[in-house]
Parts: sequence; structure tokens; C-alpha cells
Amino acid sequence: MEPIAPSPAPDPGAEVGFLHSVETGAAVDGPGMRFVYFMNGCMFRCLYCHNPDTWKLGGGRRVSMAEALAEIAPYARFLKRAGGVTVSGGEPMVQAPFVGELLRRIKARFGLHTALDTQGYLHANVADDWFDPVDLVLLDIKQFDPAKHRALTGKDVAPSLGCARRLARLGKPMWLRYVLVPGWSDDAADVAALADFLRDEVGPTLERVEILPLHHLGAFKWKELGLPYALDGTPPPSPERIQATRDIFAARGILAI
Amino acid sequence: MDARLTETATLDPWQGFAPGDWTTRVDVRDFIQKNYTPYAGDESFLAGPTPRTRGIWDTLTPLLKTERENGILDASTDRPASITSHEPGYIDRAAEIIVGLQTDAPLKRAIMPNGGLRMVENGLNAFGFHLDPTVKEIWTKYRKDHNSGVFDVYSPDILAARKAGVVTGLPDAYGRGRIIGDYRRVALYGVDFLRRQKQREMHELDGAVFDEATIRLREELAEQWRALGELGEMAASYGCDVSRPATTAREAIQWTYFAYLAAVKEQNGAAMSLGRVSTFLDIYIERDLEAGRITEDQAQEMIDDFVIKLRLVRFLRTPEYDALFSGDPTWVTECIGGVGEDGRPLVTKSSFRFLHTLSNLGPAPEPNLTVLWSVKLPEAFKRYAAKVSIESCALQYENDDLMRPHWGDDYGIACCVSAMRIGKQMQFFGARANLAKALLYAINGGVDEISGETVAEGFSPIAGDVLDYAQVVEKFEAMMGWLAATYVKALNCIHYMHDKYAYERIEMALHDRDILRTMACGIAGLSIAADSLSAIKHAKVSVIRNAQGLATDFKIDGDYPAYGNNDDRADDLAIWVASTFMEKIKAQPHFYRDSMPTQSILTITSNVVYGKKTGNTPDGRRGGTPFAPGANPMNGRDVKGFVAAGASVAKLPYDCALDGISWTASATPDALGRTMADRQANLAACLDAFAEAGGFHVNVNVLNRDTLLDAMEHPEKYPQLTIRVSGYAVNFIKLSREQQMDVISRTFHERI
Repeated sequence: MEPIAPSPAPDPGAEVGFLHSVETGAAVDGPGMRFVYFMNGCMFRCLYCHNPDTWKLGGGRRVSMAEALAEIAPYARFLKRAGGVTVSGGEPMVQAPFVGELLRRIKARFGLHTALDTQGYLHANVADDWFDPVDLVLLDIKQFDPAKHRALTGKDVAPSLGCARRLARLGKPMWLRYVLVPGWSDDAADVAALADFLRDEVGPTLERVEILPLHHLGAFKWKELGLPYALDGTPPPSPERIQATRDIFAARGILAI
Repeated sequence: MDARLTETATLDPWQGFAPGDWTTRVDVRDFIQKNYTPYAGDESFLAGPTPRTRGIWDTLTPLLKTERENGILDASTDRPASITSHEPGYIDRAAEIIVGLQTDAPLKRAIMPNGGLRMVENGLNAFGFHLDPTVKEIWTKYRKDHNSGVFDVYSPDILAARKAGVVTGLPDAYGRGRIIGDYRRVALYGVDFLRRQKQREMHELDGAVFDEATIRLREELAEQWRALGELGEMAASYGCDVSRPATTAREAIQWTYFAYLAAVKEQNGAAMSLGRVSTFLDIYIERDLEAGRITEDQAQEMIDDFVIKLRLVRFLRTPEYDALFSGDPTWVTECIGGVGEDGRPLVTKSSFRFLHTLSNLGPAPEPNLTVLWSVKLPEAFKRYAAKVSIESCALQYENDDLMRPHWGDDYGIACCVSAMRIGKQMQFFGARANLAKALLYAINGGVDEISGETVAEGFSPIAGDVLDYAQVVEKFEAMMGWLAATYVKALNCIHYMHDKYAYERIEMALHDRDILRTMACGIAGLSIAADSLSAIKHAKVSVIRNAQGLATDFKIDGDYPAYGNNDDRADDLAIWVASTFMEKIKAQPHFYRDSMPTQSILTITSNVVYGKKTGNTPDGRRGGTPFAPGANPMNGRDVKGFVAAGASVAKLPYDCALDGISWTASATPDALGRTMADRQANLAACLDAFAEAGGFHVNVNVLNRDTLLDAMEHPEKYPQLTIRVSGYAVNFIKLSREQQMDVISRTFHERI
């Protein structure tokens, strides 16, 4: 008799998600105080990633939709007044069916402001209406120069830029987040090219750009995972360089903080 | 000096004030309600420091530096302190607007042997000073002190519990404090009026049955009357006539300060709190501003000068005391804000002026500025308080919406979290019992896990190798009963003797005759006890015994939900621990002076000492490691962020801890938002949420761990770095290294 092949793992689809952790009091992941779901799984390998423990696909805590909703329920009243919910990661669009459904139910049940923190790489996998329950997209673009983007993240930048164009077409409010890493993403010409792109191809749906200076708060996690941390010794950008970067956006009429 | 001489005593002190019950009898609350001007605007009216203010602060800076280096600056060793024991003292006589020091020079510490001669001697010796032999002779041969009285009557079980550290920090070797005189009465009525009132109160008892309680009360009233006279004498030595009410804003501040000063001249209480003076004083300031007698600059200058004085309050303390309550705290707690019973916020412009001292003079731990938070406070004030918190880390917040139904709208906070109606209520401070250790005693049958000695007699240990939840709970409850009995006995001894040998004459003179007294018990180790029970219930905890057969370590298999993550499975256990111990306390047969038993969940900085005295616990904490402070989740176990942690703390019912529930939360600035405006709005939203959830108290620190690490290495760069620890603010560089490490190891909520 032929051995029975192990059945493939069922597609968890919309009812089961893999959650790394939640954070109840975040204030820098969208407007106001946010409840944040950190979803597991990411295809980028950003050198500065502060959550490398979220990379693994299918890792983290397996939760049902009901369990995920139960996490936020006790805070709904507070969040309604003080901020909202943000789904981050990892890369939340890795679990697009689950995340889309989660956002839809949070919207329907609690009426909260919702934000999606994504690099947009997988946006082509979802239909336009997938974004309906998302009030704000925090789009992370790591570098505008394709080669440098690949060096920094291991993947291409083009899908992220495509996502930005698409969100603009959908009229979706957007905050762009740009991690400023000396030697990797602080070249003025690269920043200017990104700013030109945003001005010319995204336009007014972009509400602000957030410059996030490199920090090493996640370095210990690389060590715990036995991974070499390539940015060890890279200093955070100087206040002058951060301001100069903001100025590049401001010169194109884009609010940068 | 000049500023003071231009005032005329011929003004009618109450001119322009709306009359009411307060005009015929002592009723400061009624005066405030009828006369204060609520302010809903923002901080744009505030004035910066004047050159004079800067000059005074600059004069003090080198003195404060020397004090920091030497531990104390100077001591007055030759005479026991009293209200009138010292000649007037000044910082810069010509420039001071508000005058008065505890002794004849700034930062010179007085000795108060009534509390305990031994502590005075140890305190002096620790800093290289020596007690005058005559003082020593008097308090050895002719006069007994509080400390000696207590140890005359303690029983062996109390001594054993105290030595083992299952009860710690009892005010048997230092002044109990936590009594707030209504210092405002002196400004509003003058001393003559108050003395007449005391005489009347005494004579009302002329026909009473002269039992012990009445005779004691009559003697106390006589002492109060005498102390008020001494207050008048002391003020006169500074050229002020406080026999009459204050006529101007400056006088109102000065008179109020003299009353407070008299208290800190005579009593070395653990917490010598100020009460709730800002809105009261605002009435006088408004009157003078309206009449064109002063400008905003002058109004702020007077408050700044007052606050400078409050920052200089010092007591001589022993190294043992400093280990418990680190960094030289005095708890000059001043309550700001809150909402009246009629729904009007009690926020005035002077609420802003008091908070503004933290920017005019720079951050400082004292006075212990306490914002009485209500969701109904004006939004502009909420945001301003949040801004001051973010910039100074010097504020604490307490839930006015929770306290008002219990204590009205004219209560103050003594020490950290103890609410009391001002002038109508006091407490018998009772430090705290160590519930983490009590849990170990439950497992070991009353034998101390460190010394191996039997502390609680008559209990059998748990025999099995795996801890059974039901059995542990049963034994823990029984052990809590033993602990409550031993503890309350000790407190009865302490407060009997404190009344007898170190009675707070002037503070009680500024109270009504008939007051509510609470017996303020307390607990430490709440999160450890709750997490231990959770581990025993939800994971598998095996006992590791030493050669003597004592459970000295535990092995945990599996995960357990920890208190501090808004998970009822763990939080309900914390509620059970707190409410069960309160029941055990209430069940005791006697409370001195018919006091009402309460409890606090507050450790101050003694969480470090408790940790040292407590072995390995079933939650996985290693022996000797500090406890989490107050009602905090155990360091690092609140992994869902501060909203979840706050929600857990907020579940602890105030009804089972009417003496307060303390939570200390630290967040990095970046975690609160990217701009100051965002941070202010977010912090205010969090405080609203915490208050709405029924949370009682929160110390807010907004800083980076790196700043603290740098301050440990380079203290000279951070002379005014202030942080909130459990219940008070402290100059970080004055903490012991151990305490500094404890603060650094706590959870800093940061989104990384």
C-alpha cells in the first residue's frame, strides 16, 4: 500500500491568524493612542528590523478571529476616544485574508479608526475593496533607489511604489514612514527622488511623512535569534541630518515630521 | 523686606469676600466655595521667574550641592526643636518675599528626640555630627520618647515579625506623620480666633464624664491652644502678626506657610504634607490682582518664593530610614485641581502657577505636586498638567472622581495616596505587611525561609512536592489572619505611644476637635502573591526543599497569566489577595482610638528592602530581588503595554484599599507621540481612561532609560533630574545605587 501522503496544512484563510503580540498603549503608530496587533510573518529582511522575531511565516501565537477580537474589546471605549487600532507586523498583508476580515469586523463592531502599517509589497494579492475598512495606511518605503532597497531589505522596491500609486488612486489617506539609516538611506539624492515621486505620483492623499531615525533597541533580538546584526556600530542620524531630510520633503510641499 | 513693609494692617481682611457659614465658624471649604474663581483657560497668562527669584535659587544652588555631597549640610545638635526653639533664619533677608526656615539657617537640620533619642543619635553619627550631652542626658534620665514606649510594650510575636521582615517600616522608630493641619485656617482667621475656638471646644467638655478618653482630649486641647500661641510667637520673631487674619495675598501665603513651618519645626513625621492650598490662596491673589495691588509677575513670584521654602524642608533621618524611603523625601504633598461637589472644577489660575514653579525653578521632587484628576477637569488644564509631567516627571495623579464620593471636595493627600478631609480627619500610619513573605510562611508553616526560625507559631507546612492551589489558598488565608492580628497589635502600640510621647500639637490644633481617625494598614508584594497563585493554579509549581526541609525554591512547568496584562485569570487573584487581607484586618478586635481600619497598596521605595528580606517565590522571582512597587505588575511581566497594565491596576477595588493604590508607570517620550502636542493629548487621554476605569493613582514618568544610565555615571550633569518612584518624586542622583538599579529595571513602556 502506498503510504498516505501527509495532507497539506489547511489554508488558515480568514478565520485563523498568527499573532506575534499586541500592544495596548502605542502612540506612534497612527493618530492618538493605538492598540496594535503585531502579525507574524514578513518577506523583507531589513537590516535594521527591530522585530526580527516576527519574520517567520506561520510563527507566533495561532489565534481565531474571535480571540483576536476579544483582545481589543476591553479597550474599544478608550480607543474610540483616544485613537484607534493599528495592524502592524511583521508584514500584515502576509495574512491578508485574516487581516482584512479582522479590520472589517473591528470597523463594524467597534467603529474604531483603523490603520494598516505595511510596506505594500504584497498589495497586488488583494482586491481594491480589501482596503475599504482601512482608514489610514502607514506605508513604509525603505529606499527609493532599487539597488539600495534590495541591499537593505532583500526585496524590490517596485511593488511598494505600486502600492503607493494604487492607494493614491483609491484616495486612501496615507502616512509615509521612512527609516533614516546613515549610509543606507540618508543620501539626499535618494530622498529627493522619493519626495519627487510622492509629489508627482501620489499627491494629496499623502498626509505626512514620518522620518524615523535608526535606533538599536531591537538589536538584542537579533542576538537572541543568533543572527548577525549588520548595523552594529552604525550611529543614529544626527539631528541636523534628520532636519535636512525633512527639509527635502518640505521643499516639495510635503509635511515631514 | 520692602515688599512686606508696604502692606497695611488696617485693611479689612475679609473685604470683598462673599460671606457664609465660614464667617462665624471655622469652615475653610465654605469660604473657598463661595469665593473662588474657576479658570478654564490655558497657561498663556503665566509669568517666568523674576531676577529676584533666580537670585534666591542661585544662592541655594551651592548649598544644595554641598548637601548632596555630604548627605546633610548642617545640624542643630544643641537643642531639641520646637516651634520657638530657633532664632529666625533667612536665605537672603533683603530679597525674600516669604520668610521662615525650620532652624536659623537654610538646610540646617533640627533634632526631635521625642520621636526617639536613638534615631537622633544614629542620624547625627551617620553624618559625622554628635549629640549635645545635655540633650542626651535629658532624654535618657528625665524624659521618655516614643520609640522607648513602643518597645516597652511590644510582644515577642511582633518583635519576631518585625525582625523577619514580614512586617516592615513601622513608625516605631520615626515620626508617623501623615497628618495634615489645615494650615489655611491661620491665614483666614488668624491665631487669636483659633485659640478662642480651642478654648470653647475644651469648655464644652467641662461637664462630660471624665473618662480616659475625655481627659486625654482635654490635655490635647490645652496643648493645641498653647502650640497656637507659640506659632504666634514664632511669626512675631519674623516681624509678622498672625494673631489677626491675613489681609493680602502675600500675607495669606506667609501665614499659611508659618502654620506649616510650625509643624515641620516640631515634628519629624515621615510625611509632612501641605494639603490643598493653591485654590484657597488664589482667592487672595485674585482680590489683589483685581484691586491692582499686584501684577501677575508678583503673584508668580510669591508662589515661587513659597515653593522654594517648601523645597528646603529637611529632617534628620537614619541610614535605616533612608534605605526604606530613599532620597530624603519629606512628602510636602500639595493637591491641585479636582472638581467640587457642585460640579465646578476647582482649577484656578493658581493651580497653573503652582505647576509652573517646576519650570520657573526647574524640576524638583518637593513639594509633592499631586493633580486630583477628573474627566471633568478643563481640557486646557489637563493638557498643561500633561506637559509639565512630560517635561519634569514630577507629578502624580489621583482620581478625584473616585475620592470625592468618600471624602468630599476639600480633602488633601497625606504622603503619597492617603486621602483625608482637611482639618477633619487624620490617620494612624501603619507602613505595611509583606504578603509575598506571608505566602512563603503559608507554605513553610510559619518558618522563615531565610533564617529558618519559626516566626508564626502553630502552623503546619505543606508536605507535597507539587503545590496544590486549593491547599495553598487555604493556608495562605490562615497565615494572613495571623499576620493581620500581629500587625494590628503593633499598630495599636505605636499610635498609643505616639500620642503619648510625640503628640502633633500644632497639626492637631489646626483640626476640628472631633475627627475621623483611620488605622492605615498596608500591603507589599501584591503582584508577587498574585502571580505566585496564578503560577500554582495555571502552571505546575514544584517545591525544592533545603536540608532543613524548608521550601526555598520552586520549579515552574508551563506558562501562567501574570497580573498586569488585563487578564482576569491573574487580575482576579490580585483582587482576592487585597480584599482578603483587608477582611482579615477588619476582623481584628480593637483599633486604637476607635479608628477605622483601611489599607494601602503602596510600598514607596521599600519594595527594595522587602525584596531583600524575601526568598525565592513561586512566581519565579529570585530571592533578594526587589518587589514591584505598590500595586505595580512585576517588572517586565506587563507585556501588553501601559494601557493594559493600567487596566489591571484599575480593577483593584478602592473599597478594599481606601488608603490608596499606587501605580508607577514609565514611558519613553517617543512612546507617547512624535510632537509635544501629540504627547500632551495622548497622556491626557490615558489619564482620562485610567480614571474612567476606576484607577486610583499613577506616577507618570516620561523618560528614556539611557538618561538614567547616564545620570548614574555622570550625576554632576543631572543635579535636578527628577523621577517619580512609588508615591513620591525623588532627585534621581540622591537614590542609592540599589534603588537606581531598581528603577532602571522596571518596565519602560516603549514601542520598539
